[in-house]
Amino acid sequence: MMTTSTLYDSLVKIVGKDFVSNQKEERYFYGRDGGLMPPHEPDFVVMPKTAEEVQEIVKLANNEKVPLVPKGSGLALTGLVIPQRGGVVLDMKRMDRILEVNEKARYVVVEAGVTHGVLKSYLQKHHPRLRHSLPDSPPVATIVANAVIHGQGRLSQQHGFNSDMVSGLEVVLPTGELCRIGSCSVSSYWFSKGPPLPDLSGLFLGWFGTTGIITRLGLKLYPCKKMRDVMVFLADRAELVPDIMLRLSHTEMVEDVIISAQPLPLRFKGTFWIMAYITGDSDEELEFKRKMIWGALWEYFESRDVGLLSTSPQMKAPLLSMPSKDTAKFADVAKGGGFQYAGPITPIEKFPAFIRKLEEVATKYNVFYASTTRLIGAGHCMMFSFSFSFNRANTDEMARAKKALDECSKFALEEGGVLWKADIYEQKLLMDKMDPNTLVLMKKLKQLLDPNGIMNPGNWEVR
Amino acid sequence: MRTLLFTCYACEEYCPFGNHPFYLIVERQEEKGILPAPRPIITMWINQCQPIGRFMVGKVAERTLSYCFLAQFNTLVKGKLFDGIASSSIFGQEFFCNAVYLHYAKASVIKGRLPKIVENVKNQGIKELVCLHDECYGTFTSLAPAYGIDVPFKPIHYYEFLYDRLKALNDEIKPLNVKVAYQRNCSARLCPEIDHYVDDIFGLLGVERVKREYDRENALCCAEIFRMAKGPALADDIQKRNIDDMVKFGAKYCVLNCPACWDSLAHKVVRQGIKPIHMIDLCRLAIGEEQALNLSESVAEV
Amino acid sequence: MQEYASQIHRCFRCGYCKFPTDYSSFNCPSYKRFKFDSYSTGGRLWLIYAWLKGEIEWSEHFAEILYTCTTCKNCTEQCPMRFAPDIVDWIVGARSDMVEKGKIPTRVARFFEAVYGYGNPFKQLRGDRAAWANGTKKYAPEDEYLLYVGCLGSYDENGQKMARCLVDILNALGVSFGILGEEEECCGNEIYMLGETGLFQNLMEKNSQKFKELGVSKVITLCPHGYNTMKNVYPTLGGNFEVYHYTQILNDLMQKNKLKLSPAKAKITYQDPCFLGRYNNIYEEPRQILQSIPGIKLVEMERNRRDAFCCGGGSGNFVTDLLAGSVDSPARVRAREAYETGADTLAVACPSCLTMLTDAAKAENLDGKLAVKDISQILKELLSVK
Repeated sequence: MMTTSTLYDSLVKIVGKDFVSNQKEERYFYGRDGGLMPPHEPDFVVMPKTAEEVQEIVKLANNEKVPLVPKGSGLALTGLVIPQRGGVVLDMKRMDRILEVNEKARYVVVEAGVTHGVLKSYLQKHHPRLRHSLPDSPPVATIVANAVIHGQGRLSQQHGFNSDMVSGLEVVLPTGELCRIGSCSVSSYWFSKGPPLPDLSGLFLGWFGTTGIITRLGLKLYPCKKMRDVMVFLADRAELVPDIMLRLSHTEMVEDVIISAQPLPLRFKGTFWIMAYITGDSDEELEFKRKMIWGALWEYFESRDVGLLSTSPQMKAPLLSMPSKDTAKFADVAKGGGFQYAGPITPIEKFPAFIRKLEEVATKYNVFYASTTRLIGAGHCMMFSFSFSFNRANTDEMARAKKALDECSKFALEEGGVLWKADIYEQKLLMDKMDPNTLVLMKKLKQLLDPNGIMNPGNWEVR
Repeated sequence: MRTLLFTCYACEEYCPFGNHPFYLIVERQEEKGILPAPRPIITMWINQCQPIGRFMVGKVAERTLSYCFLAQFNTLVKGKLFDGIASSSIFGQEFFCNAVYLHYAKASVIKGRLPKIVENVKNQGIKELVCLHDECYGTFTSLAPAYGIDVPFKPIHYYEFLYDRLKALNDEIKPLNVKVAYQRNCSARLCPEIDHYVDDIFGLLGVERVKREYDRENALCCAEIFRMAKGPALADDIQKRNIDDMVKFGAKYCVLNCPACWDSLAHKVVRQGIKPIHMIDLCRLAIGEEQALNLSESVAEV
Repeated sequence: MQEYASQIHRCFRCGYCKFPTDYSSFNCPSYKRFKFDSYSTGGRLWLIYAWLKGEIEWSEHFAEILYTCTTCKNCTEQCPMRFAPDIVDWIVGARSDMVEKGKIPTRVARFFEAVYGYGNPFKQLRGDRAAWANGTKKYAPEDEYLLYVGCLGSYDENGQKMARCLVDILNALGVSFGILGEEEECCGNEIYMLGETGLFQNLMEKNSQKFKELGVSKVITLCPHGYNTMKNVYPTLGGNFEVYHYTQILNDLMQKNKLKLSPAKAKITYQDPCFLGRYNNIYEEPRQILQSIPGIKLVEMERNRRDAFCCGGGSGNFVTDLLAGSVDSPARVRAREAYETGADTLAVACPSCLTMLTDAAKAENLDGKLAVKDISQILKELLSVK
């Protein structure tokens, strides 16, 4: 086993002195994220530039049995890239090339460090008729990491999770081999992550880096229309919301459906803000879609249960911005720089029960709360967030927020939801509830792919 | 009563006996539990403007500007027209006039909150309140007295203020020589005695008010309340007729009095080649200053 | 400034501070250079908070992280939180705490010593402060303007060229002005940004007193750093003088056709100095000057105005050079970006930008392909060709 200084030298040899740090400051910062999970510091932070460098690091780590944690921008907030057992954090940001945009097959191939913001800007400038599903996490979130955690974005109502939009992978396995997944394994095209081959992408998506390090990713692109608008409907009865969501998605006119609920600012109190986003290449197209959406909700409008909020372009601007800065701003509600949310994926019929639970838990623990719900895949499910803001300088408040989150996570699981980007404790809850044979399968796969257990240990640890 | 009432305030203006028919209708609606707009919309409005004990005031003086609860005035109040008074302002829920609840059959909210609003203004030591929106002016001169609420300060409509300022700056006025359509908003009907100032100001500015069909007593409101209350069809129809009327009579500008009308119509008139401009900005142009309230460039990001 | 200690925990490390408005690339100079998240604004703020809590101790590396911030204000511009306007103040506050404890990088300490001992960060003699001046008239009470040259204009080779050009142009325009010469003190902007509040106070008092004694009512600064501090900080001492950056004066006179210039055929791009642009919202006057020159085509870099990428010279880095040594050093990145516009000239309005970008263009082997010139130099060249 190498000494730390020898390990340092070996890493320097691979990536160069400027891109390895064992300094306290880097270890401190990379050992934490913006959520509530306790910190664990790595021994090193490295920034590889190429897949070959990643391979060498992986081989070194295997030889020395050193944990590895591949990292995007650390914005999951559930501690997924906090190195539970120390070791080496691989900050992937130097792998920042957009390699290919295939307009006719509508996909892009990016390296692991490419951020959503950079891709958005790039497409707007060079391929304005194409767009990708942008999440509302800050623009520094990486495309790969967002796919790995099954993130959702502005096109998820129509096309599913952002991981459903992956069209191919290049992965460094935990034993150091580099392999291609999907159509790119047999062809120069990256149009599919699986079909018509056996779909091996499921060995890597959702595993939080425990089964390999994705170095390249193909992502489906979608038509980008010239105009975009949002219709903001208000409802005040939670029990109506699931049907409203179904009616909206039934029109097949809506790009994105988001429901916000929060007690403050006062204009939100007592109501659910249902935002239906539409796009079009002409005023006529948008007008037609508006008409269809009105038609879908007309019955509720006539019964006075649902209303349309008149919004000027200036008022709509923050709602239309992508990503939405309001998501990050929630962290400063308590003037404290922190928020975390449990965002279980669940059938939409659960909305009323989840809202009740959120309000109950927020009162019980006296924490600031908000909820954002996003429809996924034409109503097949929704992401419902139990979000709590806290003051990072107030340990008591942080403890209460954590308890609130834990209680909401447990509740969501009991109600049949599945916890999204589960932290290590939530992973245990999921695995405790999981079909035992499924667990066995997970264990077998992990052992097969990562025999030395070096990849982001502590996560998806099947006992 | 729900299907036929459009809360445009016209009857309030038309009644020659000063019997406040519109306020009476609103009271009856509330008694009967009629919802002129969807329930959650009403809830939002009631909650949004609830006083919270946060007084947003500038250097309040005996004569002070009221922004009501309209943030656009932060942009509009600048320049020579407001020399000496720009920093004297009140804004926010504590000073909100509450007239909007006439659209929502919530006379009870008005009656409940307005006395405190009046007290809040009085407690600031204000003797003359320059109301930058005529809903406020209408509230203090028509609605409050109708409900027996004493108003211990003098409301001044901002048109009167602008007229006086323009007279003082007369040497600096260069006639604009443009044709404009005036968008008469709903709450102008609460204070029709102010209307002459529109023509007086236009006269000073060298502006021609086109003699279109939907103006003065025959004015069409901006119709966004109708969209919230009745759905899109009626609102779209009214807005189209209104804007087509402006185009037909050759207006180059649409002069708006009300920030809510601005939010409703500005981006729509511009598509028909008409420039939206607030009355304050029109006066500003005439004295060589620049328009302050403009449409923002990013409207629909993709 | 000590208020920062009670607020700095509010950073959510969301990373908006790393980008320009369109998210096209990283716009934080130190983050671009070093790439570790610790060198971003969020990293810096979290580490300061950790230091305040005692979770990390002071180290050279920590100090380097803190002092590689050029205080360019991109983070202030982009941060979505309510405390965004205070971010640079927090960093300066933390620096002032470090200064008080005597815990600063050696290069920064030398910067302070030089200004304290010599009145400039270059450790050049006070008596040589007016060596550039070539007999430029000293300020007298009947002059309309005091031309405040600053340390870079007085001592740096590139800055001196700027100063001489500006003097010639002001003379050609018949502007009534004079300089302080050897009596000029450092403006203190970098000293303030680096956290040496005691020395800054001393410099500010000296300058303000001098201006008062001489009856100065209007100051033209060569350098945006001096402009910034004299306009925004000096008034706290009750000073009653107007402050202009030279581009404001020149633009005003050029719009009135007071300056006769020969036409030129050039494609020029313009670097917005941080202390003119993001700090003081002066974006158009320098551009209007350039566009007034017959034959000039002005092209914009992708990141311009409030999104301009800092040259890396702020917070004394034009001397301490803490961000040097990489192809991703900010000045080199910016020089490449300027070249990519197809421009043959990169125009600046700041002696710090001038010196940083001149060196960067050399490092990028752009000599002969991209000329780096201050606006005053461009105008002077066209003035002398009749």
